[in-house]
Amino acid sequence: MTTDTIPGQFSMAHTAHHHKQTFLTKYIFSTDHKTIAKQFLLTGMFWAMVGGLFSVLFRIQLAWPDATFPLLETLFGHWFEGGRLSTEAYYGLVTMHGTIMVFFVLTAGMSGTYSNFLIPLQIGARDMASPMVNAISYWLFFIASVVMLASLFLPTGMASAGWTIYPPLSVLPQASPGSGMGMSLWLCSMVFFIASQIMGGLNYISTVLNLRTKGMTMFRMPLTVWALFFTAIIGLLSFPVLFASVVLLIFDRGLHTSFYLSDLYVGGQALSYSGGNPILFQHLFWFLGHPEVYIAVMPAMGIVSEILSVNSRKPVFGYHMMVYSLLGIVVMSILVWAHHMFVSGMNPFLGSVFMLFSMLIAVPSSIKVFNWLTTIWRGNIQMTPAALFCLGFVSMFISGGLTGIWMGNATIDIQIHDTYFIIAHFHLVMGVAAFFGMFAGVYHWFPKFYGRFMNETLGYVHFIITFVGAYLIFWPMHYLGMSGVPRRYYSFHEFRAFAEYDNMNILITTASIVVFFTQFIFVINFFWSIYKGRKMKTMNPWEANSLEWTTPINVNDIHGNWPGDLPTVYRWSYDFSKFEDEERDFIPQTEPLSQREIELGNNH
Amino acid sequence: MAEEIIEQEQEQVAQHFSLPDTNNEEGGEHSFLGASFGKSMMWLFLLSDAFTFTGLLLGYGAIRVKSEWWPDPNLVFNSMPFLHGKDVPLGFVTIMTTILILSSVFIVRAVQEGHRMNRKGVAIWLIWGIIGGLAFLGCQAWEWSHLIHSGMRPFYNVYYAGADGQTLKLAAAEIANHPASPGPSMFAGSFFGITGFHGLHVTIGVILNTVALIQTLLGTYHKRGHYEMVEKFGLYWHFVDLVWVFVFLFFYLI
Repeated sequence: MTTDTIPGQFSMAHTAHHHKQTFLTKYIFSTDHKTIAKQFLLTGMFWAMVGGLFSVLFRIQLAWPDATFPLLETLFGHWFEGGRLSTEAYYGLVTMHGTIMVFFVLTAGMSGTYSNFLIPLQIGARDMASPMVNAISYWLFFIASVVMLASLFLPTGMASAGWTIYPPLSVLPQASPGSGMGMSLWLCSMVFFIASQIMGGLNYISTVLNLRTKGMTMFRMPLTVWALFFTAIIGLLSFPVLFASVVLLIFDRGLHTSFYLSDLYVGGQALSYSGGNPILFQHLFWFLGHPEVYIAVMPAMGIVSEILSVNSRKPVFGYHMMVYSLLGIVVMSILVWAHHMFVSGMNPFLGSVFMLFSMLIAVPSSIKVFNWLTTIWRGNIQMTPAALFCLGFVSMFISGGLTGIWMGNATIDIQIHDTYFIIAHFHLVMGVAAFFGMFAGVYHWFPKFYGRFMNETLGYVHFIITFVGAYLIFWPMHYLGMSGVPRRYYSFHEFRAFAEYDNMNILITTASIVVFFTQFIFVINFFWSIYKGRKMKTMNPWEANSLEWTTPINVNDIHGNWPGDLPTVYRWSYDFSKFEDEERDFIPQTEPLSQREIELGNNH
Repeated sequence: MAEEIIEQEQEQVAQHFSLPDTNNEEGGEHSFLGASFGKSMMWLFLLSDAFTFTGLLLGYGAIRVKSEWWPDPNLVFNSMPFLHGKDVPLGFVTIMTTILILSSVFIVRAVQEGHRMNRKGVAIWLIWGIIGGLAFLGCQAWEWSHLIHSGMRPFYNVYYAGADGQTLKLAAAEIANHPASPGPSMFAGSFFGITGFHGLHVTIGVILNTVALIQTLLGTYHKRGHYEMVEKFGLYWHFVDLVWVFVFLFFYLI
């Protein structure tokens, strides 16, 4: 009786004999999409901490190249031999920072968490199309993670050819210590990772296509589901090509074929390779590599559209255009890959074609930005931490996006290629921005994850320091880049022309250390709130319209999401402030059209 | 009153948990182009796998186009088992291709018998399909070992250009004197790499069809009331067959 008096709380005691669950089946080898989502989230958080730590370590080298830090040697052993980061470890850390952040955090952590959690809950399905394939998808990611983690501890060092693993550096073991076993484990991990992503993507797409509840037409879906759906499509079309390029790289390493190598001399010794082409790898890699940035940022776009609309109590502006612009981004994202290769000796005519598409992709992106701004325009904005992170996302996306239009232009790109300018650009537009979307999602859906709220004050502190810190880190990098400071260099000792930027490097590193430690506020808040956070007492705390808030508060105990029948949908999920004279400013999707609405017409 | 509501809720919960674990019975009202979610998942997987093979074949094409000279497939793939060196250009690979296409036809028949709920018919045609797949793999094994015996390796190609651009073959005894590949090594590399990757797909297909055969014989599908699993594995099998058509075209015919 006690639990049943709370609305939306369903007693499960009498059903226990149906699903006798042990700790192992409930939390570890679960096929419930909500549990799998949390597994992705926690694994992603672990990797984000590792990736962030690595960036701090190599930033220390860039700020104080001459100083020694005995403490770091105690902590990290041979990476910091004599208290200074070794060159091998520097390149290893740079490589791993990129790999971990792009693939393990912003792809698996992002899509894995939100697609698994939100797609079934927001379209009204009991689980994914194939819960088993879904669980396998997580466990393949887990294996990939274990292999990658193991590679960090190799005595010969981790992979150090950059996250783009360009041959010949990545093929020849004699090229660098990390190109031996480190690279082999990197490739092995990647094969598991790609399999995991494809299995996940198959599930997300067929769930959206086949398992929508009654009345949930495609154009009534929340924009989060649209974004996650399109993200899965991009992944499904581009990851297989990365797989092909990785397979050929493995052939080159293991079978001594020459797909990516031509006549080469190492130490005056001619190698047996002939007939291949390293540019071929770049094409195959960037065919994934560019869509990959949209895989990272599109879920964040969906999350931001949803949360901004809920928190400004206004329907999202231009819902259909939001969908079409996502579609436009999907199509164009696979037509722009060679803008990463303007300086690789590509045919200039081909370069201008890719330049055109790269410029054109700014159109759907700007449509989205304007729609977010017009969504909050004159809205009744609720400044929750989630909403703040969404505003932060829009800010980062604009700042990073504008430089994207710059660099899409081959003539400018040739000048600033591989400088800190590009670092600043992509960190703002798809790194920090995607992270902000992720944070927003965690703050917003935390009550659905764990039945409790996160602490808001800590959320505000987290936001403000991270937001200001992110600009302090990446804004100065634009100036570094424009004056030609190249990325990936271990030290600028030999380039005294860059001496005037030494202080700027110290500023950037200091900011990055502060931002890194600020993330512990978030992590502590997260774990503290799981057990001690304010309890969710109502089913719909944010007064949102979408279906996940029609599930009971203890939805995590229910494999199947809705205790009774699946909900029926009568409208889209953005009916906020529809009638000014009504007391309630939102109409959930499950509510049939009122007489008044039918008379008015124009309903979704 | 309150207790009545609770009772209703409990009934609803119990009702839900008596449902099977998959939710397609309830929610699958939106079929995608008339396909169930399982079938659409298979189609989507095949789409992504097609991109993998496209990547591989484009890589092969890029290397071949840039290459100055390429061996004539008619002279490389000209041997037939039991004929002791008789010149039969592309004869053996034609047999292989025919076997694979025939096995696809057998699988089509298995699917058809599945629609008729004829368990025995499904089993028989699946067995034929599996035999076809195994025969194809056997042929590939023979072709590979024949090439390896004549000195071919993923990094070593014994077929080289003569003075007029004709295809010449390095005698086995001469190989020791030529540590570097005499012909373009990527001819061998891409052949072993890509036909090997395709062979892996065929092997997986044979395993899937065997699983389907075992489940058919056990009556699993019959109890389920449909043979859709045979159809899904069949889709994969036809796809592997289709990929072979492209491999055949790009490696043997052109």
